Amino acid sequence: MTTNHAITSRIQQATEVDVDLCYQCGKCTAGCVLADDMEFPSSYLIRLLQTNKEENYSKVLKSNTIWLCLNCENCIGRCPKEVDIPRLMDYLRTESIKRKCVSPKAKPILSFHKSFLNSIRYTGKLNEINLIAEFKLRTMRLWQDVKLVPSMLIKGKLKFLPETVKNRKNIIRIFNRTIKNTK
Amino acid sequence: MKLGFYPGCSLQGTSREYNESVKALAPFFDIELIDIEDWNCCGATAAHSVNKDLSLALPTRILALAEKQGMKEIVVPCASCFNRLSVTQYELAEDKELKKKITDTIDMPYEGTVKILNVVQFIDQYIKDKLTEKIVKPFNYKVACYYGCLLVRPHKILKFDRVEDPTSMDELMKMIGSTPIEWGFKTECCGAGLSVSRTDLVAKLSGNIVKDAADRGAESIIVACPMCHSNLDMRRPEINKYLKEDVTVPVIYLTQAIGLAVGADPSKLGLQRHFVKVTTL
Ligand code: SF4
Ligand code: SF4
Repeated sequence: MTTNHAITSRIQQATEVDVDLCYQCGKCTAGCVLADDMEFPSSYLIRLLQTNKEENYSKVLKSNTIWLCLNCENCIGRCPKEVDIPRLMDYLRTESIKRKCVSPKAKPILSFHKSFLNSIRYTGKLNEINLIAEFKLRTMRLWQDVKLVPSMLIKGKLKFLPETVKNRKNIIRIFNRTIKNTK
Repeated sequence: MKLGFYPGCSLQGTSREYNESVKALAPFFDIELIDIEDWNCCGATAAHSVNKDLSLALPTRILALAEKQGMKEIVVPCASCFNRLSVTQYELAEDKELKKKITDTIDMPYEGTVKILNVVQFIDQYIKDKLTEKIVKPFNYKVACYYGCLLVRPHKILKFDRVEDPTSMDELMKMIGSTPIEWGFKTECCGAGLSVSRTDLVAKLSGNIVKDAADRGAESIIVACPMCHSNLDMRRPEINKYLKEDVTVPVIYLTQAIGLAVGADPSKLGLQRHFVKVTTL
C-alpha cells in the first residue's frame, strides 16, 4: 500500500518542518493563549495536515487559526518533538494569500500587515500615522481608536513627519525583489 | 565605552520613553550608544507573516550596516526587533544558499559577526557590576517582572535565560531594592501585533496578565518590550472593560526603574508619557 505524502512533503521541503513527528500529545494546544478563539487549535491543524488530504489542507488555509497565531513560540518551546508550529504558520499564511483563500474573519489582520509593509516600503521606517490611516481605509473602521489621539499628542507619542532612510532606493529594491506588491 | 545601538521604529514613535530611558541610563555608566547610521525597520510581525525573504532581508540590511560601521556589538532594546535580528542571523548562518540569496537582495556584504544584545543582556554585561554603588534611591516596591515571548523564545536561537521561568529581570530588580513577586504570567503572550486589528483579543490576553500581577500585590509591572508595554498600558481602558474592574497598576520599563534608582530625572526617563499614571513612585 502506498500512502500519498504530497502535502506534508511539500511543507517539509519549504519549511523543514516534519509534521509527521507530531504524536498528538496536545501540549501545544494546552499552552496556546488563543486556542479557544481559533476555529481549531494547533494540534488539530497538524492532524489535518498529516492526513495529506487536499480538502483538509484547504480547510487549514481557509481557517482563521493561521492568522490568529501570534508567533509567541510557546508551542514549540513545549513540544516534545520540537515541531516548529510558528514557522509552519508563516508558511501557511503565505500559501493562503497565494491561493486567495484568506478567511474573511482574518481580513483585518491581513489588512494590518499590508498597511504596515506599505508604510515602510517607500520610507524604510514605520510611520504609525500612515499605518493607522491606511488600516482604517482598508477596513473602514474609521472611528477606531480616535479617542486615543488627543492623549497621544499630549504625551508626544505621534510623529507627523515620516522619518526616512537615506538610501530609499535600496529599500524599494529589497521590496521589489521579494514581495513585489502589497495591494 | 562605545556600543552600537538599534532603536527600531517603536522606540522612535509611540514608545519613545523606552528609548529616552535607555539613553538616559547609559551616561551614568560611562556608556555611549551610537545609532546604526541609516537603519531601517526590521519588518516585525508583518513581514514574516506574509513574506519570508522580506522578513530576512530587512534585518540583514541592518546587521550589514552595523558591520560596515565597524560595530562589534549592538544593543537592541525592543524585544521584537531583538528577536527578528537574532532569528535572521541564525537562519543565515545555518544556510549558505539562503545567505547568498539575501545578501544579493540587499546588495551589501554581510558576514553575520555582530553580537546582538537585548536590554537585559546589555545591563548584565555593562551596568550590573557598577549598579549597587550607583543607587541613590532604591526602587522599594513589589514588582511583577513580565518577560513576554520574544525576549526568551525561541530558546534554541536566543539562548537567553530560562524559557518557562526566567529570572534575569527579577535579579536586576532585587539589586535596586525591589521585591519581585512569584506569579504565573511571566512569559504568557500579551496579544502582540493584534493590538489594532483584534483589540478584543489583546484586552483579554493582556487583561489576564495585568489581573494576576495586581491580585498578587504587585505595585508595578516591569517590562522590556514596547509591544508588551503598549498593550498593558495604552490598552488599559479596554482591559478594564474586559475585567470589569479598574486595575491601576502601572507598567514601567526596566530601564526606567533602574534610572529612577540611580537618580535620573523622571521626566528624562519619560515616565509622564505612560497612559496608566505612575503615581506611587
Ligand atoms: S506539542 Fe508537538 S507533538 Fe504534541 S500535539 Fe503539539 S505538535 Fe504534536
Ligand atoms: S505560536 Fe501560535 S500556535 Fe503557538 S502557542 Fe503561540 S499563538 Fe498558539
